[in-house]
Amino acid sequence: MKMLATTDLSPDTTAQARRVGPPILKVEHLSREFGGVLAIGDLSFSIAAGDIHSIIGPNGAGKTTLFNLVTGVYKPSGGRVLFDGADVSGMAPYRLAARGMSRTFQNLQIFFNMTALENVMVGRHLHLNTRLLPALFRFPSLVRKDREAKDRAAQLMADVGLEKYIDADAASMPYGALKRLEIARALASEPKLLLLDEPAAGLNATESREIDEVIKTVAAGGVTIVLVEHDMKMVMGISHRITALNQGRMLAEGTPQEVAANPDVIAAYLGAAP
Amino acid sequence: MFAELLQYLLSGLTIGAIYALAGLGFSIIYNASHVINFAQGEFIMIGGMASATLTASGVPLPLAIMIGCGGAMLVGVLVAKFAVERARNASTVTLIIITIGASIFLRGVAELVWGKDFKRLDAFSGETPIQILGASMQPQSLWVVGTAGVLIVAIGLFFARTLTGKAILATSHNRLAAQLVGIDVKRVVLASFALSAALGAVGGAVVAPITFSYTEMGIMLGLKGFTAAVLGGLGHGPGAVAGGLIVGIAEALGAGYISSAYKDAVAFVIILAVLLFMPNGLFGKRGTERV
Amino acid sequence: MNALLHGRLTGLLALAAAIAILPAFLPNNFYLDIAILAGFNAVVCVGLNLLIGYAGQISLGHAGFFGIGAYASGVLVGTYGWPPVLALVAGAVFVGLLAFLVAKPILRLKGHYLAMATLGIGIIVSIVLRTESGLTGGPDGMMVEPFKLFGVELYGEKVWYWVVGVLLVGVVWLSLNLIDSPMGRALRAVHGSEVAAEVVGVDTARFKVLVFVLSAVFASVAGSLFAHYAGLITPAKADFFKSIELVTMVVFGGMASTFGAVVGAVVLTLLPQALTIFQDYQQIVLGGILMATMVFMPKGLLPTLAALLPARRRA
Repeated sequence: MKMLATTDLSPDTTAQARRVGPPILKVEHLSREFGGVLAIGDLSFSIAAGDIHSIIGPNGAGKTTLFNLVTGVYKPSGGRVLFDGADVSGMAPYRLAARGMSRTFQNLQIFFNMTALENVMVGRHLHLNTRLLPALFRFPSLVRKDREAKDRAAQLMADVGLEKYIDADAASMPYGALKRLEIARALASEPKLLLLDEPAAGLNATESREIDEVIKTVAAGGVTIVLVEHDMKMVMGISHRITALNQGRMLAEGTPQEVAANPDVIAAYLGAAP
Repeated sequence: MFAELLQYLLSGLTIGAIYALAGLGFSIIYNASHVINFAQGEFIMIGGMASATLTASGVPLPLAIMIGCGGAMLVGVLVAKFAVERARNASTVTLIIITIGASIFLRGVAELVWGKDFKRLDAFSGETPIQILGASMQPQSLWVVGTAGVLIVAIGLFFARTLTGKAILATSHNRLAAQLVGIDVKRVVLASFALSAALGAVGGAVVAPITFSYTEMGIMLGLKGFTAAVLGGLGHGPGAVAGGLIVGIAEALGAGYISSAYKDAVAFVIILAVLLFMPNGLFGKRGTERV
Repeated sequence: MNALLHGRLTGLLALAAAIAILPAFLPNNFYLDIAILAGFNAVVCVGLNLLIGYAGQISLGHAGFFGIGAYASGVLVGTYGWPPVLALVAGAVFVGLLAFLVAKPILRLKGHYLAMATLGIGIIVSIVLRTESGLTGGPDGMMVEPFKLFGVELYGEKVWYWVVGVLLVGVVWLSLNLIDSPMGRALRAVHGSEVAAEVVGVDTARFKVLVFVLSAVFASVAGSLFAHYAGLITPAKADFFKSIELVTMVVFGGMASTFGAVVGAVVLTLLPQALTIFQDYQQIVLGGILMATMVFMPKGLLPTLAALLPARRRA
């Protein structure tokens, strides 16, 4: 498995080095309701550029709804989302992608009608010539760029440890590999901000560790990562900051140690202390 | 002036009643199985053709209608069993094409069995027009509207009061939950097809004296019934009925006041307008997709 | 890419070879006529397949675009004396604009709603063509003058066979290029998971509209040329049944398979001819094929056959 050199990304030591500039993502008084049910209510927080920032909370806390709001899949009922300083509330996902945002899905959204490589190549969409006439008539420049995209995609697959699936159909790949494939695809667009929705869900201990390594490597390359995860070991070990949600509202925020020690967080997960 | 308007309204109401029955049939099947049954119109056709041919060979009218109804129900169950249930988890496109295939197939069989000519069915109670406020109405129209009304009320009671009806409703709301409480959802789908077929067949029999029966009568009736269902909100029974009446009356008014050549286009313009501007119809609900 | 290239080239060459050799086996013009009809259907189906098989949309009204192209040529050349090439282009442009206008709002719909919307449009077009008899000659149709290019008149089965043959190879080449390109991948992505495609930067609405317009234009061009070939165009060529026939050809031959669309068109054009003895059974067979294909071979003939062959390396 070919990987870039992994450094011991101990969050605190690199914290000072990283915290420069305005937050890359900011939500202000964000809310979303579905027919009377308030999934997210008056949520405000920001994410520093270069961080690995985790969102935790019990099931139904609104984590995926938050993701969908940030990535334009849902429109907010109230409040706004600021990406790189610009108000992007309710902007269509493809335009957010053009601005440097990328994500994976809790329930895999793999293109099962294509090969693994093609899945990642689609991720390169924004960097390719997607006009009709060059496509119809097979302009040489388009063919050349496509070949480059193919090589890039193969490289990305290798980076996440999927070399042996390069020629495979997506439909024939095991679940763990598909989770990594989605990450490769999300990386293909060279995003500034990567949102990972439960990347370790359904994975065993070994696979979780592999994902952990991938995330660290990606972050080391300067990409800001927002993570929704239930695997507390991963979350605690990898995050620079954590936001804890409960019932659509902010419960706590801070470094992993701060959040883990917060009594409200403990109560939400384990029930109120006697 | 008023008499003319009334005339159009009455004829619109008459045909609208058939669209209502067809639309109701669509809704019932859609509710039970999330399938749009493009063969709905053929159930109407079977009812009409069977009644016409059987009465022509001496079978008493009520019996002829019942046989036609029974035949349509049988066909409905067969379509459900062999075409629709087999492709249970297929994509929407696939299911649409299957029921389109079924409708073409049924038309082909009907052509073989009954030939291509138009068949007459005598009006149930004679042809002396009834005069109402200057407009004249065929007694058969009363039969159409009356029968449709009775059937619609009966269906309403069926869903509200009987166990089978409630089982069908439950399946339409949540197939999995219905299975978990012991409802045989496969049977429910079959029942819904049978029910819709019966509705259509009776409608076909009752409208045959007005429109004649011929093997292609189902096509337009079915498509316009679909317009009625979508207008009312797909899956909403009473909505489909309202939709049918609206489409029928709009058609009649359009033909009367604007252009009779474009009569058939009215329903399709309506459906385009509905799909583009209020896809959930008059009474339908919005849904969201979970990602 | 190399393997795919070989696949594309071999397929194209095989098609071209088949087209070149076929006339040697056809005893007379009657059979050439059937081949030409199959060819026209195939051209429409290749475009329709891009929409249904690759982009995952549906159109139950494509015969309407075919009809508009045909009548555009018939009317502009016959009544207004336009040169046939200009009329063909004008028809294609008109259809392109019309398709663009209706595609934007309609392709927001999904599943049966989309199907019904396209159905509605197709039927409205067909009704208009049938009703405006002053312009179109009404239900009996209108005569169309032969195709003239640079003073040369294209007339007769022998000439038209080659015209359609070249057209078909050209259209297949365009289609294969498109599928193989980033845009083609984006289309398949939209089909695979629309939300994932969006999130990766694909403007799914724009692509769906593009493919819809492209497939409509293919149909219009085929319609225009068909009108000149046949010398007569009737509204029946633009009606609901024709639209369903076209969808059947695509679905039967193979969705998401350009060559499948060609095969489907050829087989289902030949079938009614083969069954003329059993003309009464035509509907039954057509309906039966539709149902059986969707139940037993939902991917269509060619992809199902291809899946039986040794697959590419599996993980």
